[in-house]
Amino acid sequence: MTFNYVVDPEAPERAGRASTRFKGVLKELGVSPKVIRAISIAMYEGEINMVIHAKGGTIRCDVDPDKITVVMADVGPGIPDIEQAMKAGWSTASPEARELGFGAGMGLPNMKKWSDKLLVETELGVGTTLTMEFNLT
Amino acid sequence: MKVSEIMQILEARMFTQQEEDLEIDSGCGCDLMSDVLAFNHNNNVLLTGAVNLQAIRTCEIVDTHVVVFVRDKEPSEEVVELAEDAGIVLLGTHYSMFEACGRLYLAGLRGEEINNDF
Repeated sequence: MTFNYVVDPEAPERAGRASTRFKGVLKELGVSPKVIRAISIAMYEGEINMVIHAKGGTIRCDVDPDKITVVMADVGPGIPDIEQAMKAGWSTASPEARELGFGAGMGLPNMKKWSDKLLVETELGVGTTLTMEFNLT
Repeated sequence: MKVSEIMQILEARMFTQQEEDLEIDSGCGCDLMSDVLAFNHNNNVLLTGAVNLQAIRTCEIVDTHVVVFVRDKEPSEEVVELAEDAGIVLLGTHYSMFEACGRLYLAGLRGEEINNDF
């Protein structure tokens, strides 16, 4: 089963809608609360990143019997230094993002913490694609 | 601790139309939503000065059902509406974050162990 979402850069206040909707889907599918929590948190961080660092993007969630894969692709500046971006506390977020309570440099570390596998593919000036896997077994 | 007790201790008012019998297990005081996402446990009360939609969405994500806005901060109608849709109780207190957390702690409410592994 595949679920697709669009993250609208023009409506930053809506950031998080895709994650809360997919959370509802996972509840209906009967996925364990622990896994739902991990996916929701990681996906939400990704969604916030898409709004505060990029110009929105798309999210594709594949539900398989043994795992759930979330692919988040943005059209953005790309990440110049992935190693640095993975460090807890490192952030290049704007003051506006910080006012909303984000930009604490926990986005990518949080996604790594809550997913079983995280792949970051990025190209400067083109965008970033994050692929996260969550094991169901 | 029940929502009704929290309201009494913090001399709080309720912005949403929800029951006061709801029981919570622990507390968390935080303005950084990224920290809430990293460390927060479910079924706790979040004390925060962040009066915006993202604070509510964050609570929805981590299954936090009670939020207290400190220092008399008023949520917008949109924030209250989103909280009601998500089944989240919104309270407001005139106390500062430090005072409000301290009063709940004195009354027996505790924080959860946090895991700093990344």
